[in-house]
Parts: sequence; structure tokens; C-alpha cells
Amino acid sequence: MNAAVLPASGTAPAGQGSINLLKVLGPIHVWALGVGIVLVGEFMGWNYGVGKGGAFGALIACFISGLLYTCVAMIDSEITSTVAAAGGQYAQAKHTIGPLMAFNVGLFMVLTYTMLNASDIQVAGQLVQLGAMQLGHDIPWQPYTILCLAVLTLLNYRGVFATLTINFVITAAAFLTIIILFLGVQPWNPTAVLLHKQLLTGLPYGWIGVIAALHFGIWYYLGIEGTCQAAEEVRSPGRALPLGTICGMITLLIAAAITWYVTCGLLPWEYTGWDAELAPLYDTARVTGSSTLIVILFIGTLLSAIASANGCINDAARAWFSMGRDRYLPLWFGAVHPKYRTPFRSILFLTPVAAVFALYIPLAQIITFSILSGVLNYTFMPLNMWNFRRKWPVGVIRRGFEHPFHPLPAILLMILCITTFFAIYLGYGRQLLAMMAFYIVASVWFAFYRYRYVRRGAQFTMMWPKPVGY
Amino acid sequence: MWTISGWIAWAVSAAIFLFLIVDFFRVNARFSEEQLLSSREGVDELFSEPTKPGSK
Repeated sequence: MNAAVLPASGTAPAGQGSINLLKVLGPIHVWALGVGIVLVGEFMGWNYGVGKGGAFGALIACFISGLLYTCVAMIDSEITSTVAAAGGQYAQAKHTIGPLMAFNVGLFMVLTYTMLNASDIQVAGQLVQLGAMQLGHDIPWQPYTILCLAVLTLLNYRGVFATLTINFVITAAAFLTIIILFLGVQPWNPTAVLLHKQLLTGLPYGWIGVIAALHFGIWYYLGIEGTCQAAEEVRSPGRALPLGTICGMITLLIAAAITWYVTCGLLPWEYTGWDAELAPLYDTARVTGSSTLIVILFIGTLLSAIASANGCINDAARAWFSMGRDRYLPLWFGAVHPKYRTPFRSILFLTPVAAVFALYIPLAQIITFSILSGVLNYTFMPLNMWNFRRKWPVGVIRRGFEHPFHPLPAILLMILCITTFFAIYLGYGRQLLAMMAFYIVASVWFAFYRYRYVRRGAQFTMMWPKPVGY
Repeated sequence: MWTISGWIAWAVSAAIFLFLIVDFFRVNARFSEEQLLSSREGVDELFSEPTKPGSK
């Protein structure tokens, strides 16, 4: 950490002596942030899609969701490398669409990451409990959940560089365990350990089952868009963000394919789809009978949950901080720690929220809150991209990255989002409607009360020419 | 040993949160709100040297 503490006395001249977030991150940190948040979805969660659509249905959902997230990664890479500000899609929405959309997008992100953080730490605690039970000890999971949250909050509080460097190590180790499992089942000899011929069936619930599986297919990739939150802290946004995000997406596509191949080759789809043991990859390792693989996959599952929680604390705090800095929320949240250069008030404010949800709300409920907010965020992205290219066409402003085939990815993303909403409605219609009602009430509060505090000109910080048509 | 590990987890968590809260109040007392809230979005674009023509 090369952060210097500013003197207590003396003012902070704009730009020079001001306390800003540190620009210390590189592409590997961006990769660690994106993949770290998501990789836990390979270890658990995706398997409920097998219960909806069978093994092949889940594979189709994996491919379709992969396409959806590739569009997300391409769109994000272009806009974030240009709008290099903390808050990611929130800052993008502010510049391309307007304050009300930005407020909603900011809330989508805070809820997505805070709920995902709560899920991750709950899972981490329960994994410790599971491990102890395997050794013949019955212990509560709550102390380990809170310990995980405390350690990760401390890391995030004390600086982004150490936080994401550690996340890189943890995430790479978790990814390595998937590769080890893959090699352990001898893929070069598909009939030696794997039982695809005996276990794979057709589509047990037809194509409607495949659509329903989309709800869980997004688990393989949910959160990769979180790389955008690092925009204000990377040394070279134009290079690091596209490189880190797209390498992250490639890593996840490989991990998702291996996960499906190994799990569905060793576990019957009826079991995988209703896995009571929480972690299907860990169960797959148990089926192999290798005690080495069992230990490695247990560690991998635990590390993936910790890495995800770590990234989520980082991202939720940046989104909350950015909204505070623009007065969309009380300005108090827009403070930066003078020594560690982190949004310390936002980090500490969101910690008890995550703790309460982790300790008292069932996992399925918290995950649903997270997914719904995430998909709402993805639905905003095509609109964002259309507006961005229409108002500032290529060549008008400097872009770090220009994604190809516009507007095809945006159109595809919109179609896939609508299909995924339908899939969610099939399983969680009430929660979807309740969540929509919450965002409508929050929007009314913002439009008729909070927006009066926003400095309307000051919120637009990019030195761009006037948009086309204005 | 497993029972004790649970108590150790609670104790370590409490110590970490205590440290964070103490540091939080210390920073708020030592620095003015003007300093703590001086962060600006897009500060590079606003205050760095202008980009040379033709550079990427």
C-alpha cells in the first residue's frame, strides 16, 4: 500500500489534495474480481437447473446463459473502459440515460451484491459445519459465517490492492480444483470413470423445462459484470477492464463446461437437480471414492464461497459509495478513508445488512433476491448500449474498447433477458412481483423526495462533447 | 476442540469489528468532512494533462 495519510489540518484542493480511491489495480485484479464473485456458481446453484430441465436441459441453459453473459461482457467492456468511474453500470446509466435509471441501477447492484455476499458467507459457515460433521462433530455454522464476514470486511476496509490480490490467489486455487477434478475422472478415457452413456437422458420435461432451467443457468456466470466496479481504481481502464472481463468470461465458460461434464457424468440427474448436500461438485468428488479429490473439492468449494463474498463486499460498497457521492443517497456515504483510500463508511454500513440476511433468511430466498436484481441490471444494459452508441457514435469520443457486431449483442441480450424473466416467473413469480413493487416505491421516493438534493450539473463528470441530437 | 473453535471464531470476529469501529470513529474525529468527502468521479479526465492528438 502506498497510500499516504493526508494531514489533519489543511484543506483538500480539488483534484490535487483530494482523497480519491487509489488507482493501483491491473488486469489480474479485474479478473479476480469478476471470476471471484462468480466461480461459486460452478460449485453450487447451477444444479437446480438439472432438476428443471434434465442434464441436457441444463447444458442448453448453460450455453444460452453463456451467450447472454458474453454480450454483457462485450457491452460492459466498451462502456466501462470509457466511463471509468466507481459504480460501474450506475455511472454509465447516469451519463447515457438519466438519474432515475441510474438510481435504480445502483440499487439493483447493491442488492445483487449484498444478497450474494450474505449467501456466500452463509454457505461458507455451513460448509465448515458440513466438514466437521464428516469428522463426527456437530457444531453450529453461525460463528464461522460471522468470522468470514469480519475477516473479509477488514480486508476490504484496509485497501483494494491487498483485497483483490488475495482474491486472485483464492480464485485461482478454486479454479485449479475444478481442473484437478476434471483430470481425476480421466477425460481421455470417457468410459473408465464417467458414466455419460448410462446417466444421460433426453429432456424429461420437454422444452418448457429448458426454459425453466435458464433461471439457474445464469448461476454459472452471475456477477461477471462486477468487474466494472473497479473502473475508478484500475491503472489503465482502457486496457485492464476489457482484458480482465473477457479473460474472466473465457475462464467461466471453461469452468462451466467442465462442471457440467464431470457432474452429469457421475451423478444421476434426479439427484443432481435436488442436491440436498449443497455442493454438487463436492458430491461428485465423493462419488469418485478418492479421498484426495474429496479434500481438494471441499477446499475448492469453501474458497470459492469466500472469494465471492470478498468481491461482493467490494462491489456493493463501490455502488453505494458512488450513489452517496452524487447525493442520490446521503452524501455521508461518499467518504474515502484517508489512509486506506477505500469507501469505508459504505463498507461498514452494508456489513450488518449482510450479517442479518446471512443469519436469519433461508439461502434460497436470499439467492432469489440477488438473481432478480441481477437480471434487472442486465435488462438495462441493451438500453444503455443503444443510447451510448446513438448519442456518442464511434469516433466522437475516445473508447478503450469497441465491441464488434453492434447492435446484435444488445438485441440478443434483450431477448435473452426477457426469456430469463419468464423462466424466473415460472418458479418465483411472487418474489419477482414483490421485487418490482419495491423498486417502483423506491423510484417514487427518489423522484419526488431525494432528487431535490442532487446537484444536477455536478453529477455528469465525463468531458465529452454534447450528445448527438442535443 | 470444535466447541472451542466456535468461541474463538466469535472472539476473533468481535475483535475485528471492534478495531474497525475504533478506526472509523478515529478517522471521523481526526479529519474534516470536507476532506473525507473530497473524492471526485472521473478525476483523471478532469485534472490530468490533455490527451495528445492521435493517441489512443
